[in-house]
Amino acid sequence: MLNQSSGNTVIKSKLIGRRMFLLTAAKAVVMVGIIGRLVSLQINERSKYKTLSDKNRFREWKLAPERGVIKDFFDKEIASNEQVYQVHLIPENSKDIEKLFVRLKTILNLTDKRLFYLKRVIAKQKPWEPIIVSDNITWSEFSRLNLFLHELEGVKPVVSVARMYPDNSSAHILGYVSQVSAKDLETKKYLKDLHVPGMSVGKTGLERKLDEKIIGKIGFQRYEVNAFGKRVKQIQINEGQAGASYKTTLDFEVQKYTSELLKDKAAAVCVMDVFNGDIVSMVSSPTFEPNEFVHGLEKKYWNSLIKNELRPLTNKTISGLYPPGSTIKTLVALSALENGVIKPLDTFRCKGKIELYGEKFHCWEKEGHGIVNLRKGIKRSCDVYFYEVARKLGVDRLSETAKNFGLGKKVLDGFIEERAGVVPNTKWKKKFIGQNWYLGETLHSGIGQGYFQSTPLQLCLMTAQIANGGFEIKPRIIFDEKNNRLRDYIKYKNENPNDPLPTDLLLSNFELKPLFKNQEHINLIKDAMFSSSNEPGGTSYRHRWENKKFTFAGKTGSSQIKRFTEAQREAEVKQESLPYKDRDHALFVAFAPYNNPQYAISVLVEHGGSGGKAAAPIAKKVIKKVLERHELRKKINSLIGESV
Amino acid sequence: MFRSRSIQSSLSLKDKILSIDYILVFSIFILGLVSILAMYSTDGGEFKYHTNSHILRFFVFFGMFFVASFIQIRFWHSQSYLIYILFFILLLGVKYFGLTSSGSKRWLDLYFMNLQPSELMKIGLILFLAKYYHRISIENINQVRYLFLPVVVLISPIILVATQPDLGTSLLIAAGGITVAWLAGVRVKFFAISGFAFLALLPIAISFLKPYQKSRILTFLNPERDPLGAGYQIIQSKIAIGSGGLFGKGFLQGSQSYLDYLPEKHTDFIFTLFSEEFGFFGSLFILLLYALIVWRIVKIGNVTRSNFGKLYCYSFATAFFIYVVVNMMMVLGLLPIVGSPLPIMSYGGSSMMAIMLGLGIAMSCKIYKDTPVN
Repeated sequence: MLNQSSGNTVIKSKLIGRRMFLLTAAKAVVMVGIIGRLVSLQINERSKYKTLSDKNRFREWKLAPERGVIKDFFDKEIASNEQVYQVHLIPENSKDIEKLFVRLKTILNLTDKRLFYLKRVIAKQKPWEPIIVSDNITWSEFSRLNLFLHELEGVKPVVSVARMYPDNSSAHILGYVSQVSAKDLETKKYLKDLHVPGMSVGKTGLERKLDEKIIGKIGFQRYEVNAFGKRVKQIQINEGQAGASYKTTLDFEVQKYTSELLKDKAAAVCVMDVFNGDIVSMVSSPTFEPNEFVHGLEKKYWNSLIKNELRPLTNKTISGLYPPGSTIKTLVALSALENGVIKPLDTFRCKGKIELYGEKFHCWEKEGHGIVNLRKGIKRSCDVYFYEVARKLGVDRLSETAKNFGLGKKVLDGFIEERAGVVPNTKWKKKFIGQNWYLGETLHSGIGQGYFQSTPLQLCLMTAQIANGGFEIKPRIIFDEKNNRLRDYIKYKNENPNDPLPTDLLLSNFELKPLFKNQEHINLIKDAMFSSSNEPGGTSYRHRWENKKFTFAGKTGSSQIKRFTEAQREAEVKQESLPYKDRDHALFVAFAPYNNPQYAISVLVEHGGSGGKAAAPIAKKVIKKVLERHELRKKINSLIGESV
Repeated sequence: MFRSRSIQSSLSLKDKILSIDYILVFSIFILGLVSILAMYSTDGGEFKYHTNSHILRFFVFFGMFFVASFIQIRFWHSQSYLIYILFFILLLGVKYFGLTSSGSKRWLDLYFMNLQPSELMKIGLILFLAKYYHRISIENINQVRYLFLPVVVLISPIILVATQPDLGTSLLIAAGGITVAWLAGVRVKFFAISGFAFLALLPIAISFLKPYQKSRILTFLNPERDPLGAGYQIIQSKIAIGSGGLFGKGFLQGSQSYLDYLPEKHTDFIFTLFSEEFGFFGSLFILLLYALIVWRIVKIGNVTRSNFGKLYCYSFATAFFIYVVVNMMMVLGLLPIVGSPLPIMSYGGSSMMAIMLGLGIAMSCKIYKDTPVN
């Protein structure tokens, strides 16, 4: 019995041992599994979980940086910042948001629509993210808010800075800033890490071109927060960095003066330094109020802008395209001279019209100009003369010269609103219109009509490059201390008239690119332009300056909107009697002073009629203003070591 | 019989003390110290309520462990049924006089402590079944009529605990009981049959589950289902452990627990806290301590002569192992959150009491290893 029982016990204990062995093996497997999991979490994926843990732990409140200012040539701020009073709200800090809004409504001037919008924003974002209830309240509202602050949990009165434009004369070239839109976030990569509620971005003009640099670096306050969102301690604060400030080449005084001159007209003026391409003035009219865009545009104002047929939002200096009209005749003549098609003294007879290829081509002077040579052709702006020249020259050679002088391509960098315009030739027509070139179209091109399209800035550049003796310049609007090689070259040339070096070698020493084969041709054009403005019979003779200091040489132009019918021509219909929309655009380009050219100007008046009547008087006044300020400008240029 | 009695009576106090398994005692003690460290961290680096009472409990029940160790294994054997019945009565008491907290009735108010009898039942059931299978002969083990009592003894407390409701503990109680039956040699067939029966009854059982329990199971299957609700615990626990990396964030530097992202950090998620602060190597250290404990108990089972002792030690070691790994797998996101404390580490008196009692009985098997139980 004892034996049997002990034998039984032994068998039993062996069985238990066997089964325990199986369990131990199973335990080992489970242990390996747990260690494997630890390896995967704590070693393989540790950086992922570290990030998640920090995301839990830290919460950042971003601070919008201060936008850099934009100054004019004389360091006057033309886009500056002003102190504004704002109301921010952190929704999670408020116990009853509905009640709070009711209370806020009585203190601030909030519309129901705005409240509705705010509630929608709150519903969309995280409860600790601040929203801006109002980004620009008055001082009295601000002080009232502070008075009641103790009953407004979650509300934060904030003194911030916002964009402010002291004047709207430069609105187009400066552009404007406005709230970041969904599209901005999509298209502008630099905004990705920059997004802060209440931040503004440049939408057009310089504000947009410089946006990335001018916007600054974002600041942040980083807090450690617990699981309930309560701030435990401040870890880090970074004030951010104000954006870079920029100095431009613009002259605020000229901008203001010109803007005043153009008031109520649809017009544009560009003024450029002929040596270094510094843009002294760029005004488009009518203008708009850029300050209105900073704190959310009112619908009424916006509608008044987009409904205005004078198109105040368009920067006509770079996005307005106009046929260059007779202002192109300078280039037609130059191209013909350079290509040896005509000699300066070759003449044609103008009888008021010519018939070619079965089509009648009219001169603007019905009676005709009689015998016309190059100088007279430009002085009187004789169309028939230029029909003949263009016919001999051909459109392809003309287009080459026009392109050399800066037509048909963008003049500035980084302005999304700038347009390139069109310099037509046979290839262009085949490609874009799909037809062969007609010879008659060459004649229209010869007087700047037909397919030709240019911006006022391109015409200004063209004139500047004629004025400086035919050298390529790169227009610039951001002030640059880089020495001006063209001025150096001219100075050297004056001091060493007998330098033995060949001209092209000398030019490459100064990194200059001549746009001519023979500089005499340029001088002939300049002389012809002088006669046009300063000799009796010239198209802008009536608006000349007698004073040598201000004397300018120019070329008028009018670009046709509608071809005259034969009937109108017979009836000698005057431009003034046409409906506004059908009148020609008036153009005028000039450089001054004639003896020692410093500045080039282009003036456009939409539907202004003839260039001599509508555009030249404006140019005359602006030229005087610019030249009066020349000494001041020269002083600053010489301060930075630029020889004049 | 005579001989063995003489062996037992010949054991002097010195012999008893010398035959204590010091590696086991040492492991338990170190684990206790580590648990105090962890508890101190949950209190934010101060001696506050949780730390103080954990220290008190650990030392009181550590003392109880020694007392239990020196009680003869014969006593534990002879009183096994009684102990089970006592614990069962306490469980019944919970049903009628229990304290309710966060929707479940688990505790008895004993004035000096709130006792959770379901924890004690983990040990009670193992004791009962170890004695039962020790007593019946090997031929009878797989007789159906001899299976009747174990099934009743197993099922009754499980039903009582599961309806408290406390799914986690009832499953852990079952695990201990099933282990004894398995070790005693009950055929695989019976486990298979009851497994199928369980699966068949599962849909009915699920219909009895509270909504929060259902949601826990769904959440386990896909923690991101509801990241701010039921999945929150698993996600935050994984973040805490993962962000600990190789060496951890440092003592008292666990941001997940310090900033209250970690739920139940005193109890079920204490391993998470430790792992966040001490990293992969810290976790391995804890695993090593538990492995040592399990290994030593199994070793006692190897040297103890009675089958009661063997059954008890092997089963308790296995059950202890299961408690540990279920808790760890839960916080590592390998099992649903069922609510199971980590032995010794977790805050909780009843759990500590039950584990120390169980360890004490195992140690008694060591000290009286040559003593026959009947």
